[in-house]
Amino acid sequence: MPASIAFTVNGRPVEVSAEPEDTLLDLLRNHLGLTGARFGCGAGQCGACAVIVDGELKAACHTEAGAIAGAKLTTVEALSASSPPHPLIAAFLEKQAGQCGFCLNGILVSASLLLERNREPSRAEIAEALDWHLCRCGAHNRILNAVELAASRLKEPA
Amino acid sequence: MLPPSLQKTPSLARWVSFRPDRKVGLNVGKVEFGQGVATALTQIAAEELDLAPEQVAITFGDTERAPDEGLTVGSMSIEVSGASVRLVCADVRRRFLGVAAERLGCQAGDLGVDEGAIRRGRQSTGLDYWALADAVDLDAPVAEDAPLKDPAAYRVVGRSTPRIDLPSKLAGGGFITDLRPAGLLHARVLRQPSPAARLQRLDEAAIRSAARGEVDILRDGDFVAVLAASESAAERAVAAAEAVAVWDDPRRISPEQQEAPWLRSQPTEDNVLGEPQAPAQGVRQHRATYAKPYISHASMGPSVGLAQYAAGRLTVWSHTQGPYPLRDRIARAAGLAAEQVTLRHAQGSGCYGHNGADDAAFDAALIALRRPGPPIRVQWRREDEFGFEPVGTAMIVELAAELDEAGRPASWTCEIWSGPHGNRGRLLAETALPGAAEAPPVRPPSNRMFSGAVRNAPPSYDIPRWGVIDHLVRETPVYCSSLRTLGALQNVFAAEGFVDELAALAGEDPLAYRLSLTSDPRARAVIETAAEMAGWARRDGRALGIGYARYKNTGAYIAVIAQVEAAESVRLKRIWCAGDIGLVINPDGARNQIEGGILMAASWCLKEQVRFDERGIASRTFGDYPMLRFSEVPPVEVRLIEQADAASVGIGEASSGPAAGAIGNAVAAALGVRVRELPFTRERLASAILAA
Repeated sequence: MPASIAFTVNGRPVEVSAEPEDTLLDLLRNHLGLTGARFGCGAGQCGACAVIVDGELKAACHTEAGAIAGAKLTTVEALSASSPPHPLIAAFLEKQAGQCGFCLNGILVSASLLLERNREPSRAEIAEALDWHLCRCGAHNRILNAVELAASRLKEPA
Repeated sequence: MLPPSLQKTPSLARWVSFRPDRKVGLNVGKVEFGQGVATALTQIAAEELDLAPEQVAITFGDTERAPDEGLTVGSMSIEVSGASVRLVCADVRRRFLGVAAERLGCQAGDLGVDEGAIRRGRQSTGLDYWALADAVDLDAPVAEDAPLKDPAAYRVVGRSTPRIDLPSKLAGGGFITDLRPAGLLHARVLRQPSPAARLQRLDEAAIRSAARGEVDILRDGDFVAVLAASESAAERAVAAAEAVAVWDDPRRISPEQQEAPWLRSQPTEDNVLGEPQAPAQGVRQHRATYAKPYISHASMGPSVGLAQYAAGRLTVWSHTQGPYPLRDRIARAAGLAAEQVTLRHAQGSGCYGHNGADDAAFDAALIALRRPGPPIRVQWRREDEFGFEPVGTAMIVELAAELDEAGRPASWTCEIWSGPHGNRGRLLAETALPGAAEAPPVRPPSNRMFSGAVRNAPPSYDIPRWGVIDHLVRETPVYCSSLRTLGALQNVFAAEGFVDELAALAGEDPLAYRLSLTSDPRARAVIETAAEMAGWARRDGRALGIGYARYKNTGAYIAVIAQVEAAESVRLKRIWCAGDIGLVINPDGARNQIEGGILMAASWCLKEQVRFDERGIASRTFGDYPMLRFSEVPPVEVRLIEQADAASVGIGEASSGPAAGAIGNAVAAALGVRVRELPFTRERLASAILAA
């Protein structure tokens, strides 16, 4: 039976009617129109659908709707829609860090969580934080460069 | 002669339009899939029309509007579409200046254009493109002699203009998968396990109960789809269908069919280039055999197709590489006239060749025709994409050279065993439709398959006599078609390994040996530049390998040097690349493509092989099909050698073969043993070491 599931997305309280077994990805994309989390594998193996649930990185394709009742979610839309946008967005554009771009939204979410926890990550730490994510186009080096650039800007005094 | 795109669609109005929002509409038939072609073509149009790139609004791949430019394949978009756009825009500019000159009572030669505004000398004329648009007839064929801008005056071409499609893709949109037309129904297809499999039983009640929501089960012959308003319900329904379906599937695949050498045991259709010759008895000679496995495109987004059938018209949205060819194939397979079908391109994730895109579009079309009215969205699952997309074929390349007294090849013969490339014949779901067993086979012309396998089989060096024998194995255990580079990956991997073997036999340095085999100054320049970047002369114990090729023997010159560490497994340390790609439209975009081609090849070389079981493809998840990850990616440095006077050539596929050659040679340098079979997994390294 469909149930009413209430949670917070990017600071906005929402309530969705869904089967508890529906995927979080379905809720985000089809019920809430938040298409930033992308379907890549359905098994949490590629990172394209990464979101933050109560401070933890989760694969939305592999998380059941029933499990997020009452939770606080952050999706990639919070990074691009905030004013000003998160420094990662400008850094990715500046470094042209991507080719097809399908993996990037998940990567941005992971990188934002990394930068919240570690303001001065080494390149190896960035690579480790992004290791869950697959990028088929081979834009890895540009992506690492962009995260480094964003980190250096976050470190500078405002 | 006009470029092929203009021979087919010469009318200027089909390419360029002047829009009320003071932008210039540019319509092309090539499509964007992350390679940056939309940005590069925008730059070319802006350059010839003297506009800012922001004033050009490009649209592509809509069969109601775009010119038919066939398939977006083979690194040909800039060569073919770019040349077309350049000529069309030059002609449009000339026509506008002609009309402006009449109005102003001056010579067209006195006029210039700045961001669309027409000036006389430095003075404004008050005229611009949009003010004159009604007076200029663009419903005219392009003039072959339209005056092209002198490359020395380029301001936009040659600049690293940022990708126009990236901002929306960083903000959660931009892809076919984001389309949500009103009234959409989510569909999933129960895949026929193999082309001759027949569905014996399907427990529909079990599917409905598992779906937990309203679900429509469509069955026509062996084609089964489930439709639901809820995507999760459609997902549950297809998982249940898969669990309860009972198929009679005659396909049996044996373990040896997974490996490339099996191809040699099969019947072949043969094709010969040049003058192949078996080395004569008693002549100094060398032979070696190289292999690559079946490889998946592994696009990040599994394929999606949308379709709607209303009022006798079928509209299909697809991330296909070829909007017009797919429209025609869908019309044929669905029994419609091509005019009844509109194909609208929408962007997908990177495809790297012929992945599931066309087949997912056909799935959606089949469902829409049987469920007229609502838009139907078919989303392939990851398991569908890995399991049913056409994969890149395994290949065997056997090289034989006769050596002269100096240890250089006097003759070079390349013998290839390969499954099909360029295999755009029947659509996947066709074999599931009623009557499929009796239907005549739909076969693409074999010359296309041949041209795929022999890509870069002729040597990229000065060799007095060479020849290629291509054995096409038409029937492979699983569906094979084009993967980025087609045969060039394997042909260059083999040739460059073989050249290193010949250098070792001659007791020479591999780099010096290569230079002794080529007199082309552009080839020498990229080899020497890469060597300088990598510090080849001062190797200090580093395991370096070089790979070089001129793509398709007529395109981009690329040299790659790789540094690896190899013991039980291979670790990439650094990669350097020098390229000569003729006139560069967008330097950063070009470097991005070259880097990507290198890293994809690195992933192929180190990790990738499609695995089969008795029933078909067994590697259906990213867990079963490992690819290179962030912590395994080496720094890659790319340098482009300026060639403003040479024609632009394609780059999307040019760097992968040389990268594979370089990695293979670096692995041999590190191990002291040559590994001739991809991928360089622990098992293959161990067996090569044991055999040595």
